[in-house]
Amino acid sequence: MYDVVIIGAGVVGGMIARTLSKYDLQICILEKENDVAMGATKANSAIVHAGFDAHEGSLKARLNVRGSQMMETVCRELGVKYINNGSLVIGFDEDDRATIQALYQRGIENGVAQLRVVDKAALKQLEPNISDNAVCALVAPTGAIVCPYDLTIAAIGNAMDNGAELKCNFSVENIQKTENGYKVFSCNDCVESRFVINCAGLYSDKIAAMIGDDSICVHPRKGEYILLDKECGNLVSHTIFQTPSKMGKGILVSLTVDGNLLLGPTSVDIQDKENKNTSEEGFADILEKAQMSLQAIPGGKAITSFCGLRAVGNTGDFIITAPQKGFIHTAGIESPGLSASPAIAEYVTNMLKDNGLTLTEKAGYNPIRVSSHAFREASMEEKNRMIREEPAYGRIVCRCEGVTEGEILDAIRRNPKATDLDGVKRRTRAQMGRCQGGFCSPYIIELLAAQLQIPYECVTKFGGASTINIGKTKGGQLQ
Amino acid sequence: MRDLVIIGGGPAGMSAAIAAYESGIRDILILERDAQLGGILQQCIHNGFGLHNFGEELTGPEYAWKYEKQVRQLGIERKLNTMVLDLTEDKVITATNSEEGIFQIQAKAVILAMGCRERSKGALNIAGSRPAGIFSAGTAQKFINMKGYLPGKNVVILGSGDIGLIMARRMTLEGAKVHAVCELMPYSGGLARNIAQCLDDFGIELKLSHTVVEIHGKDRVEGVTIAKVDENRKPIAATREYIPCDTLLLSVGLIPENELSKAANVNLCRTTNGAVVDQDRQTSVPGIFACGNVLHVHDLVDFVSQEAEIAGKAAAEYVNQVQEASANIPLTTDGKIRYTVPQVITKKKDVTVYFRVGDIYKNVKINVFDGEKLVLSRKRPKVAPGEMESITIKAEQLEAATQLHFALEVM
Ligand SMILES: Cc1cc2nc3c(=O)[nH]c(=O)nc-3n(C[C@H](O)[C@H](O)[C@H](O)COP(=O)(O)OP(=O)(O)OC[C@H]3O[C@@H](n4cnc5c(N)ncnc54)[C@H](O)[C@@H]3O)c2cc1C
Repeated sequence: MYDVVIIGAGVVGGMIARTLSKYDLQICILEKENDVAMGATKANSAIVHAGFDAHEGSLKARLNVRGSQMMETVCRELGVKYINNGSLVIGFDEDDRATIQALYQRGIENGVAQLRVVDKAALKQLEPNISDNAVCALVAPTGAIVCPYDLTIAAIGNAMDNGAELKCNFSVENIQKTENGYKVFSCNDCVESRFVINCAGLYSDKIAAMIGDDSICVHPRKGEYILLDKECGNLVSHTIFQTPSKMGKGILVSLTVDGNLLLGPTSVDIQDKENKNTSEEGFADILEKAQMSLQAIPGGKAITSFCGLRAVGNTGDFIITAPQKGFIHTAGIESPGLSASPAIAEYVTNMLKDNGLTLTEKAGYNPIRVSSHAFREASMEEKNRMIREEPAYGRIVCRCEGVTEGEILDAIRRNPKATDLDGVKRRTRAQMGRCQGGFCSPYIIELLAAQLQIPYECVTKFGGASTINIGKTKGGQLQ
Repeated sequence: MRDLVIIGGGPAGMSAAIAAYESGIRDILILERDAQLGGILQQCIHNGFGLHNFGEELTGPEYAWKYEKQVRQLGIERKLNTMVLDLTEDKVITATNSEEGIFQIQAKAVILAMGCRERSKGALNIAGSRPAGIFSAGTAQKFINMKGYLPGKNVVILGSGDIGLIMARRMTLEGAKVHAVCELMPYSGGLARNIAQCLDDFGIELKLSHTVVEIHGKDRVEGVTIAKVDENRKPIAATREYIPCDTLLLSVGLIPENELSKAANVNLCRTTNGAVVDQDRQTSVPGIFACGNVLHVHDLVDFVSQEAEIAGKAAAEYVNQVQEASANIPLTTDGKIRYTVPQVITKKKDVTVYFRVGDIYKNVKINVFDGEKLVLSRKRPKVAPGEMESITIKAEQLEAATQLHFALEVM
């Protein structure tokens, strides 16, 4: 019997787990995929929004501003990169200027600090490569960027280090109310808990329906992105939004914490919650619109494109409710859900308390997680000390990103453990470089197979049927 | 302080080391990230290597072994499992391995022989999903030839580079069905010999002016949509065709790996993606030389070895401070000829200039001009982007030269 079961290991579920792991509670996170951070949390703009976007008085506005204030500390504790690069909303004409003024006012109402509006000359000074057509901008110095999956992996890892459990490949199919709480079923497993928190992202409406709550409806809105080579990372320093208009929210241009340039997202409402396909139209649309913000976007420097699905709810605001005793929904957590996530966790924790959960701080709780970039960021002396202790740190496996075998083994051994190729990639950056795993994936598979004690051909890209090899060659295994 | 450090122990690095040794220097060190010497040849178990240099058809490992044996016999020092992390303009090398940790070496001369990598899927931005089952051809080759595992059974190959062609045959021999090889260009970038032996002999269709426009499948590839492209290489919607398959192999080009060259401020050529070099394969940084696929992508290893010998010998001369009268003759091209190696001539001696053309041309003359003056002209029945060409210029032809322009004339 758990005290709290969290359905969904995205950034929201992860942050809640970490916050609750401070207390003397039995916690279990259930995730349908083979790894954490596989939903919206994997593919988004990675912006910690300042908070001038959401309507005054909304839950979105309140939790966004609070979350953005908490984020730096959370990232420091979790050893996750956080860059306070500031955001700009740029305007091209008088209509835009009026909208920017309105955003400024809204930001002030929402409690966003340090906002200001600047003219063309000041804008050029902030961003020399900005388009000559930009005439003004809203400057939000509190805007920042993070790596959303790094944050989630770290949050869940930290929660696990403090006692929480994680069950992957546990797709919740059914929920039963019991006398003391709930029974939560997958097709072949069951857990019981006093409290259940629904953090299932796109599927939070489906989870709600399992307890007879049909009030929530969530649909996917596609957002495609193009990621450019690190060579382009110095084109801008701020996150650059276009002014939202009747035409849509525009395309943003932003640095990532790893130094790449990110362009996107598109915005297309769809039906299929599994459709993360990129499209030729999306690619063209992004490039065309991004060109409006910057003088010249080197589209040829694209290293990858990807797609994320926003979980758009039916109220226009975050839906964080307790429909029954012991059950809490977090639904419709679209943007700025990442920014708000630490505040959502705080908010949900308070709701649990109001719902009768006793929160006793636990002795030995450790909010600190050693960064997964610890080796990479160490001094030469420190690295050599680590290599002497663990020679695997002296073997470079991913030549493009300079990732060592030691770091890959860490990713496979540390909470939450990587069990597939993409899991190793997200934790270490191995396979994320110029060759995209061409050279190193055969060896990483070997490491995974050995650590997980499974046959080489059973190693997958991201769980399920995503196997890399289908069997042995005619001659069998040669080694 | 080391006389000569060679970064990379593939065919280029080994040939360079042997040539440097034979030119009289002894303090030579090869740094290789892999556990063996031989580089990419280790996984090239097909034959066809060594026809030019040895007059026999060797497999990749056999060819590599000929050089490795010599390296061993000469007692040339090598550090395996050692990755070079950094190189400075002053020729300080930072490397790491698990025995010594991270260490630095100051070299008098350095030869860059790091090879190349395959262009990845990301750069292509094919629409659709991101399932398992998409590999570069070289990765599939490694799975099959080095690890003994088969990455798929029903295969479409995008790009007709040599590794893709070789893998079409290799996967067929392993019992897989290769449904098509799609090539964006109206001609193949691979060797004519490979098209005959790897596709034609096995009845595999080469679809020129075709590309993959969409990838389907959730967990594993379930199919791809291909389409014919127009003269601007844009897909023609009406020609879209779905091919069910579980594997997409990419053989869409090789890119020299010049990250260390960049770190050392070596000038790079936009066309080759390798260093700009003189006839000795010396880069813009004195004492740093480059050879093999890190300099420009070769079709045949025999030419890699030949080039590496030039670099090895020159590096030894650099260490021994053998000086020769210097010149500065830049080599330029007309665009039909895409590039030359070397790109500059600094010594007035006989020099063989290697070059590649950008399209298929028949019955052509390669003309070399010094300003208005025609210095040299050579006929070729056919030139193609997939086959490297060369032309030798005599020392006396360089005597009065100030610059040389390479132009292709269709007769
Ligand atoms: C295109 C795009 C751009 C965005 N940009 C930003 C931004 O710049 N800044 C920002 O603050 N926010 C942004 N967001 C929003 C942010 O990404 C999301 O708010 C946040 O990631 C939501 O996290 P989550 O944990 O609620 O959902 P998810 O990350 O989707 O997690 C839900 C999890 O639940 C699991 N699950 C679902 N059903 C079940 C089941 N039945 N059983 C078990 N597990 C289940 C899923 O597999 C998944 O792992 C963006 C979103 C998108 C799509």
